[in-house]
Amino acid sequence: MAILLDKDTKVLSQGMTGWAGTHHTAAMMEYGSTVVGGVRPGKGGRSHLNLPIFDGVAAAMSETGANASIVFVPPATAAAAMIEAIEAEMPLVVAVTERVPVLDMVRVKDALKGSRTRLVGANSQGVLAPGVCKLGVMATGSERPGHVGIVSRSASLTSEVVAQVSAAGLGQSTTVGVGGDAIHGFSMRDCVELFLGDDDTHGLVLIGEIGGYEEQEVADYLAETKAQKPVVALVVGAHAPRERRMGHAGALTFGAAGDAAAKVAALERAGVRIAPSAHLVGRTIAEALGRTH
Amino acid sequence: MRLHEFQAKRLLVEYGLPIPRGVVALTPDEAEAIARDLGAQRIAVKAQIHAGERLQAGGVRIVHGPSMARAAAADLIGQRLVTAQTDEGGETVRRVYVEEGVTAERSLHLALLIDPASGGLVAVGSAGGGEGVEERARRGELKQEKVALSVSGPADRTEVAAFLQKIGLDGPSNEAGVDLVEGLRRAFVELDASLIEINPLAVLPSGELKALDVKMQVDDNALFRHPDLASLRDEDDANRIKLSAHRDQLNFVQLDGDIGLVSNGAGLGLATLDMVKAAGGRPANFMDVRTTARSLDIAHGFILLLDNPSIKTLLINVHGGGMQSCDTIAEGLGIALRRSGRKVPIVVRLAGQNAELGRYRLKSFGCSVIEAPDMGAAAERAVAVAAGRA
Repeated sequence: MAILLDKDTKVLSQGMTGWAGTHHTAAMMEYGSTVVGGVRPGKGGRSHLNLPIFDGVAAAMSETGANASIVFVPPATAAAAMIEAIEAEMPLVVAVTERVPVLDMVRVKDALKGSRTRLVGANSQGVLAPGVCKLGVMATGSERPGHVGIVSRSASLTSEVVAQVSAAGLGQSTTVGVGGDAIHGFSMRDCVELFLGDDDTHGLVLIGEIGGYEEQEVADYLAETKAQKPVVALVVGAHAPRERRMGHAGALTFGAAGDAAAKVAALERAGVRIAPSAHLVGRTIAEALGRTH
Repeated sequence: MRLHEFQAKRLLVEYGLPIPRGVVALTPDEAEAIARDLGAQRIAVKAQIHAGERLQAGGVRIVHGPSMARAAAADLIGQRLVTAQTDEGGETVRRVYVEEGVTAERSLHLALLIDPASGGLVAVGSAGGGEGVEERARRGELKQEKVALSVSGPADRTEVAAFLQKIGLDGPSNEAGVDLVEGLRRAFVELDASLIEINPLAVLPSGELKALDVKMQVDDNALFRHPDLASLRDEDDANRIKLSAHRDQLNFVQLDGDIGLVSNGAGLGLATLDMVKAAGGRPANFMDVRTTARSLDIAHGFILLLDNPSIKTLLINVHGGGMQSCDTIAEGLGIALRRSGRKVPIVVRLAGQNAELGRYRLKSFGCSVIEAPDMGAAAERAVAVAAGRA
């Protein structure tokens, strides 16, 4: 099976009545995901896409049995929508919204402390279990059911790597976008932990980039658990312009941790194979799994 | 968004930040008048640019008296100042900040920022602040202390006091420091800052604290809550390119090479940059087309590149996704080529959502492009074209 999603995933769409919510909720349904309703404060009792609309998450959960939600709410109120889902103890929340203020994400992280909710994002393309469920906004067509778990900070590179993995004759158990912002919920390390415990995932691909510590956290975790599954990583941004790098005081405080070279070195020490270039990730995981074509 | 020193000081004084007396000047005349009013023995004349390490670059002048202040201002205003933190072209000085000189007994470093590891607000500090702090940090010689701060209520005074003790603030200075940190914490939260950095934080012989320089950044994503802060943005020179890029839903950074890059998504954009560098090429820019960009926004981005005379070729690497598909970007290119008179070889790699439709759109716009089967081949081809080998 996949991680995070299964055949019994029942999706609630927060902000479903807006343009993005409508478009992507319809696309999820078309993919075969079970969407059970939407949330839009003030529009409870109506219906949209032939689904019931509720004023709040808690009411929607008790009425529909939803066990996952996806947030399309605009930046100004996205944090409130995420916190509402966390307070309603929604087991899985994917936040797609881009450009959420960073202090709002700090408040969301505070709400997550001690909670059982898994929040993926914000600024995430979502989670896809090929052939099982799509909880996200990613394009589909290149993916195929299989045994490679993909975790990424970048939506565009995930699409690229999914296509490469499929072209190499492999498929994906699940792809997870943890989100492109510095502060987000579910981490790469959390995701790797689930993949390592998932019998259906035989190998992992990690798509990292400059900034933050997450790749090092994964490296520490892999070294500590002596993981037996092959792990391949791509870290982009070695030649990034300075504006893309971590801000000044960040660099002072957190040293060179954000550099691509530091991340690659940490991952290599933990036994991870580094893809030599962004276009060779599919080939590298195929080799690592002993499957060359 | 970065604020200038004078803007940050003006904002933070309202939150109790102790600063030396000073006023911003646009002309040498104004600088002279301000220096006379200040009446101080020593006067600092400081270039207002969005970059640090100004002292080493000659952007901060310590002078004696109004006429020297005038001369320093005349020298700085209108000059391009290059520091270790600007790009090679530097930044034009439009204003100077004229401030009374202060004799510090010790210089500390203090900053508030979001810690990516914990996902929370922290204050970090060091006893070794002042000039050269960046260099010491690079060499790993800067010993820093850290304390977590709440975003929903006042800081724990005992914890902050212990943190300040560790960076060498005791007695009455410690108490003043706790108030200072709490004021900055409030400012950070209320103004949606992403960084407030004070370096140096001077400890005077009397034990009094003075913030000599302040660096402050405001979270761009929160500017919708602060129209007053958004209006502090500079509308001049190098920023113009970045601004128009921002308006057009593109994330754009100018570089000094000859290959113009366009990708969708920051990750794929960074990967493209890395591949071009690995193939021996020199990127002219970093550009990431955001998911919300329409074809006209994208056309503006392409025109920005075509207007750059250094560019010898364009490399378009797109993997269409659920939010931004290939045909929209192809349309943007088609519109740009019709509007711009410029003809350069264009290497294109389209994959993913609507790749076929994208190729069809290019053809119907009459765009002549070099197609590459995958992004590795595309990068190599573009580098060869720029080098005149293909």
